[in-house]
Amino acid sequence: MKKAIEVRELRKSFKDTEVLKGTNFEVKQGEIFALLGSNGAGKTTIVKILTTLLKQDGGTATVNGFDILSQPDKVRQAISLTGQFAAVDEILTGRENLIMIAKLRYLKNPREVADDLLERFGLTDAADRKMSTYSGGMRRRLDIAMSLIGRPQIIFLDEPTTGLDPEARIEVWKIVKELADSGTTVFLTTQYLEEAEQLADRIAILHEGRIIASGTLPELKKMFPTAKVEYVEKQPSLEEIFLTIVGKKEEN
Amino acid sequence: METTTTKSHFFTDIRVMLGRSMRHIFRSMDTIITVTITPIAMMLLFVYVFGGAIQSGTDNYVNYLLPGILLMAIASGISYTAFRLFTDVQRGIFERFHTMPISRSALLWGHVLTSLVSNAISVVVIILVALIMGFRSSAGVLPWLAVAGILALFTLALTWVAAIAGLSAKTVDGASAFSYPLIFLPFISSAFVPTDSMPKVVRVFAENQPVTSIVETIRALLSNQPAGNDIWVALAWCVGIMLVAYLFAMKAYKRRA
Ligand SMILES: Nc1ncnc2c1ncn2[C@@H]1O[C@H](COP(=O)(O)OP(=O)(O)OP(=O)(O)O)[C@@H](O)[C@H]1O
Ligand SMILES: [Mg+2]
Repeated sequence: MKKAIEVRELRKSFKDTEVLKGTNFEVKQGEIFALLGSNGAGKTTIVKILTTLLKQDGGTATVNGFDILSQPDKVRQAISLTGQFAAVDEILTGRENLIMIAKLRYLKNPREVADDLLERFGLTDAADRKMSTYSGGMRRRLDIAMSLIGRPQIIFLDEPTTGLDPEARIEVWKIVKELADSGTTVFLTTQYLEEAEQLADRIAILHEGRIIASGTLPELKKMFPTAKVEYVEKQPSLEEIFLTIVGKKEEN
Repeated sequence: METTTTKSHFFTDIRVMLGRSMRHIFRSMDTIITVTITPIAMMLLFVYVFGGAIQSGTDNYVNYLLPGILLMAIASGISYTAFRLFTDVQRGIFERFHTMPISRSALLWGHVLTSLVSNAISVVVIILVALIMGFRSSAGVLPWLAVAGILALFTLALTWVAAIAGLSAKTVDGASAFSYPLIFLPFISSAFVPTDSMPKVVRVFAENQPVTSIVETIRALLSNQPAGNDIWVALAWCVGIMLVAYLFAMKAYKRRA
């Protein structure tokens, strides 16, 4: 299968903090890939590099087959980003935000595209209100809706459900699953292990600048030592896997 | 670098960006009021309070004053461009634009054109107030067009200066504060009083700074007199400042994005 994203020995430092120390991973076309890591692990940094917002210090990365440094425009034509913090225009209404992006994607029918998305994301009633009056969940949904315009092949979602209530979170999960079902590659970052468990085809754990484990959930579970002292047989949760792997690394 | 596909969409991008920031302006009309209120207050103050004591050598002091007041309004108007650019760059929306195949300079040009339009609105408002206060001009269409052209050039030049501030400032205050000295430039020029009355050092500065030549040019055009050398000096200043500021603004933008 074709690779949607390929990252080789990626390095990035800010002043004296080395954030990425040779990160390697790949994402297959059409899969949901979850990048897991604690606060400050460098998830957003990776997303920014892959979406051409930041330049890496070393290593290479291709997105949709194009090198991010030498062909950023080709990369931009294939992707869209829903950043960690909502990227909406506060002064415009929800509808105007969508229409603006549709025009910037050079679509022929920006109004209809906007109407469709408003309907699909349950925002029709709020469509003509300024973004500044939206709740966090509504804002997030509109933010994601903006990213779907023009059907990009690869969508980056940086912590798409942080700050959402459980209901809104399930809503976003549904959207992400639908996206993947329609063939879009989804790259998402999260701190919620449950989220990765629920959504992802494959998971990579970023810790201290490197991917310390990656694979499907069953593969990750195999890396986890079988339950020793437990009386009832119990599948380890991703949370336990994460903590064990991180713990082991720290011991070395 | 940009590919041909993004180049061909350059004007679409600019149009969308212009539409966006014009909406911002029309949804906060108070900025236009803020921009026009100080110059109008100045005009009232100078005409009705100081006017009697000032020897401008003309019988209609409003006529004498108006060009300087207009420049002052533009100098304060562009601080909003700096402010809008600063907040745009800070907020996520620019990040979204930057991940899209949109021409980067179109994003800046959107702000620049918006600055032109909003300053034109302020200028028209101030001219209307001046008419009420007794401003009269015998100039025909062509001189008026020339005045509009010079004001537009002046706006463009200062807008690119504002863009540098907006793109490189660390705080909101820093972004808008740079225009204060610009607002005061008209005071040390021939905008309010003829330069002959000033002490030597001040006079040398006043006669050789951009505002004086621009003020003199506009004043001459509006009163149907030959503008002489001033118009070329004024044009040189505007174009010169614009080119230098444009280069620095683009540099600041590249560093930012
Ligand atoms: N522009 C910057 N300048 C300096 N340091 C930075 C910059 N951006 C990120 N960092 C640092 O790089 C590290 C990784 O940051 P990053 O935002 O990528 O983490 P993250 O995994 O997304 O964290 P979170 O879960 O909190 O969003 C942090 O230590 C952060 O302080
Ligand atoms: Mg982050």
